Parts: sequence; structure tokens; C-alpha cells
Amino acid sequence: MTDLWIHPSIILLAGAVILPLLPAALRKIFLVLVPTLAFVDVFTMQGHNGSFGIYQFMDWAVTFGRVDSLSLVFAYIMTLMCIIGSIYGMHVKESIQHSTAWIYVAGSLGVIFCGDYLTLFLFWEMMAFSSVFLIWFRKRQRSPGAGYRYLLVHTAGGLMLLAGIMLRYQATGGDISFGPIGVGNPQVYTYLIMAGFILNAAVPPLHAWLPDAYSEATVTGAVFMCAFTTKTAVYALARGFAGMEILVPLGVIMALYGVVYAVLENDARRLLAYHIISQVGYMVTAVGIGTQLAINGACAHAFAHILYKGLLFMGCGSVLQMTGTAKFTELGGLYKKMPKTFVYTLIGGLSISAFPLFSGFVSKAMIVAAGFESHYYWAGFLLMLASAGTFLHTGLKVPYFIWFGKNNCSRETWDKAKDPPANMQVAMFIASALCIFVGCYTPYLYNMLPFPQAAANYNPYIASHISETLQILLFTALGFFLLLKKLTPELTISLDLDWFYRKGGRLFFRFAENPVQKTDSAVGDAWNTMGIVPLMRLSRFWAWFDWNIIDTIVDGAARGMRSIGRGLRLVQNGRLQVNIISMALLMALALVALARA
Amino acid sequence: MIVNIIDFLRARMQAVVKICLVLLALLVVWDVVFVSKEEAHTFLERIPGFWSLFGFIACVLIIILSKWFGHLGIMTKEDYYDD
Repeated sequence: MTDLWIHPSIILLAGAVILPLLPAALRKIFLVLVPTLAFVDVFTMQGHNGSFGIYQFMDWAVTFGRVDSLSLVFAYIMTLMCIIGSIYGMHVKESIQHSTAWIYVAGSLGVIFCGDYLTLFLFWEMMAFSSVFLIWFRKRQRSPGAGYRYLLVHTAGGLMLLAGIMLRYQATGGDISFGPIGVGNPQVYTYLIMAGFILNAAVPPLHAWLPDAYSEATVTGAVFMCAFTTKTAVYALARGFAGMEILVPLGVIMALYGVVYAVLENDARRLLAYHIISQVGYMVTAVGIGTQLAINGACAHAFAHILYKGLLFMGCGSVLQMTGTAKFTELGGLYKKMPKTFVYTLIGGLSISAFPLFSGFVSKAMIVAAGFESHYYWAGFLLMLASAGTFLHTGLKVPYFIWFGKNNCSRETWDKAKDPPANMQVAMFIASALCIFVGCYTPYLYNMLPFPQAAANYNPYIASHISETLQILLFTALGFFLLLKKLTPELTISLDLDWFYRKGGRLFFRFAENPVQKTDSAVGDAWNTMGIVPLMRLSRFWAWFDWNIIDTIVDGAARGMRSIGRGLRLVQNGRLQVNIISMALLMALALVALARA
Repeated sequence: MIVNIIDFLRARMQAVVKICLVLLALLVVWDVVFVSKEEAHTFLERIPGFWSLFGFIACVLIIILSKWFGHLGIMTKEDYYDD
């Protein structure tokens, strides 16, 4: 183990390169094999903490493999989710879709295991630039726009992060190590790095990219996206910003913000996306509290969340895949046609709502308890309020308006609806089983947490806690059925802060069309009369010079260049999939080269 | 099988609703009579049936306030961004 440490990202990157080259018959086996290998790789690291893969790169020592309980619990659940997600997407024929998903997961794992900001930034960007393809592959008319917005927002976040890293590098005299950043004495760079992290965690006001992108992603792509970007950010926050007090109010606002928008949403996947914001709010709050119990809670909740949110996206994704829509106003009464999908989605809904015996119960409780123990009473009560909202939407609204309620299905939708292909059902079954297992057998999750001692002393299954949870949830259900009329879905979309760059951008264009363009044409006219004539003369001279003098000298070189150009054109043939594979290949080669250096 | 169970319950909707209401009442009784309040952090949690009330009011507040907020102009027509 100490001699040979294999980065799980290398396994996934290699897999991403090899997959498209395989004959179709072998691909399905390979799709399970590669993430399983990565999972086994992470699994065998347990009990072998330490730093691995340290290389000298110019002036810096970069660390690819910091193995400790915090990185392991995240790597464990992420590789596990990668297996489930790959099984769920197995029916997708375009292997490039799987490859990009794996590159994306590799980016996440790279961040999880890195020990310095340089490596962190490399993998951080790799995540954004690979996951954007999961939006583009949907190939709808609006997909390119959604993808570019996603990419631009993440580029902005990446730049803030980079600026923070640079300032910190200068302020500390060349320190690039990634660890607790010193929340007691925050500097400008502390806030910049935090801004980079919380953008990926979708903390308002830096959150609008999430529902915008996740609801536009492919059915299988969304299953990956909902698991990795925000939870990698939670990891980064837990690693660097434990005890940063401002995260407590920010997290609580997140938890409630997601709930409010979820009431208004008509698209099931957008509703789930808003609930990611809400759930990540619990984790961000926990990081802000920063006690052992709270950090355990953040990790446990991230673990449980990846499973149940994946499951919910798989369930609603199945509905979208089979019927062609995920809008409540076009669905309803589907229990007769998609009963199994209903049961799986319900299990996801009960887990996220923290019903006893389901995974959310054992993780969310830790965070709320940590809040009360650290005397953040207001935070504790507001998080309880958000729990009621969670059950209201994900546990009640989603199942009710898709599988029961008024049947709004068109004839075509109704005829198409049936339970999805076997592979998708298998993936949902695995995720459901894990949600229940985590909820019933607490030591499985608790032993993996960063502070196992504190976790072992915590027991969620005490009478008072079961009683309060059941009361909140069941009386929420009562309220739901009494106010059912008010909740009837409406055929609308909800404006969010992405308005500023979606509509604001248009205002900018209008400004550009009028005053700016007028100035531009005036300058252009002046240039035409005063500049162009002498320039033409000059260029005629250079043309003569070039033709008669230069060409004779460089003719040979030019011919050489032309043949290189032909070669390059073959590589750069404009086919997206070939280009990303070459990119992945280059990254893998770079990693190998670093490994050998 | 799943469909049969659901149809069975739907055919007896009245009874199902009654059973659910009885269960709700029993839950509150159990909480008030049997559950120890030693773990409580604030005086609020010692009020009998506090969390039942909390859950119900939370649900009503969330629905009404969110819908009010949405109808301020946040909810808009679907092709808003398409022009």
C-alpha cells in the first residue's frame, strides 16, 4: 500500500479513454468494471492514512493523495455513486457520454484527494469543463445556451478561487498547502477562496446556475451532476473552513431558499435541483458550526444525500425518459403505468425527508443536534422548518402530482409511460437498498466519519427524537392534504437570480447595438478615409516583397508546414468527441508523466 | 402487485383517511404521555405536542408565503427567456 498508491482518478480517466475504443458488446461489462475498480481502490485505502503521490513540480511539492478519514468517506460514496450512475446510464449508446461522466468524477476525486491548491484548482476546472458536456449532450435547442451559462458561472467561480490562491500564496510566502485556512483571522484571500467554494456549493446569491443547469442536463447526466459538484464543494469547505461562522446563516438561508422555490416549481427535476440547495444548506451550516459532531453531520449528510438525491433524480429521470416530460402539469395518475418507479422515488423521498429507518434520519439529525448543542437555537429551529418543507415537496408533492392527483397526461404521454429499462431499475434498486441500509444500521456510516468517537456516542434512535420527527412529518402531511388545492401545479417558470445574466445580458446587447455601435461606425468611417488609402499602398509593396523575396527563401519551409497542417487537421477534425478524448488522454499522460518524474 | 395494493387502498379512501387521523392522534398521545423530555434544549420543546403544532404551522406557512412570493411576479410564463 505504501509502495503503490493508485489514484482512483487515473482508473476512471484511463477507462474514459479506452471505453469508446471497445466493441459495443464489451462496453456494458466495462461500464461496471471501471467504477468498481475505482471503488475497490478507494476501499483498500481504508486504514492506510498518509500522503501519497507527492511530486516536485517547478518550485512546489504537489500532493495528489492525501488519505485520511475525511477524504476517504467522500471518495467512498463518490466511487459508489459512480457505479450506480454508470449502471443507470448503461442503455445510452454514445460511449462519449459515459467517458465525460467519468472524467467529471475523476475531477471530483482529484479534489477530494489533493493536498495543495495547485492540484485542487486543476481538478476543480476539470470538473466544470467535463460536466458541461452532460448538458450539451441533451441536444435540445436550449442546451448550448444552458451549457455556456453553466460554464461561464463556473469560470467566474474558478477565477475567484484562483485569485484567492494567488493572494494567499503571496501573503504566506509561498504556501500552497490546502488545509484549515485559519478562520479565526480571515483575510481577503480567505473570502475569495470561500467564494470560489460556495459558488460550487450553490450558496445564494451564487446558486442560480444549479437549477438552470441540472434541469437541462441529460437524464443520466443529471444523476451524476447532482452528486458531485456541490458535495465536492462541501468537502472543500469542511477541509478548509470548519468553524467559519458566516457559513451558519448562509447555510440556513440556503436551506429555506430551496424550500420556497420548490413550492413554485412545475418541473420535477427543477424542484429536485432546488432541494439540493436546501439540503446542501444543512451541510454548509454544519461546516460553519464546526464542532466534531457538526463536521460528522456534514459528512454523514453528504453521504446520505448523494444516495437519495441520486435516487430521486433517477426516479424523475425515468419519468422524463419514458414519457418525454417532467412537468407536473403534464403528468399525474401514473401509478398504474410506472409502479416500480413510484416505489423507488418514494423511498428517495422518505430518505430525504428523514423518516426513521431511512438514511436522512441518521444524518440530518446530527446537524440539527450539533446546532442545538452549540446554542444556535434559531438555526436549529429554522432547519426543522426546512425539514417540514423537504417532506412537503420531495416526499409528498413529487410523488402525488406524478403518480396520483389529477391525470393531466396527454394520450401520447399516457401510452408511452411504463417502468424504465432493466438497467435503470437495477440502479434505482441498489440506491434504494442502500438508503434503507444506511438508515437502519447506523454503524456502517458512523464508523466511516472523520470523528468516529463522537459518532459512536451519538444515537439518533431515542424516543424523543423519533417522536419529534414523526410529529413534524406527519402533521406536515396533514397540512399538505388540507391545502392540496393551493398546491395545484401551475404552468410557469420562476425567475431567479440568473435573470441578471440572462436578461441583463440582453440589456447589455441593446446598449452595444445603439451607442456603442454608432461610435464604432463613426470611428470606422474616419479610418476608411484617413487610414485605408495609405495602408493599401503599403500593403501592395509588402505583397511584392513577399512574392519576390520571401517566398523564394521559405518555399521549402512552407511546403513542410503544409504537410504538418494536414496532419493537424486530421487530429483537429472538429468532432467534439474525438477532441475530448484527446484532452482526457493528454491529462492522463500528464498524470503518468508526473508520476514518473 | 403494487398497483393492486394502491387500488385496494383507493377503493377504501374513507377508511384510510380515518385510520391516518387516528394514528396522528395516537402519535400526539404517545408523545405527551410516554416520551421523556429530558433531551429538550429549550422550554418550547416541553410544551405538549409542540412538534405537531410546529409541523402543521410550518407546512401552512411555507405554502402560503411561498405562493404569495411567487405571485409577486417571480412566477412567469414559460417562454419568458425564449424571445
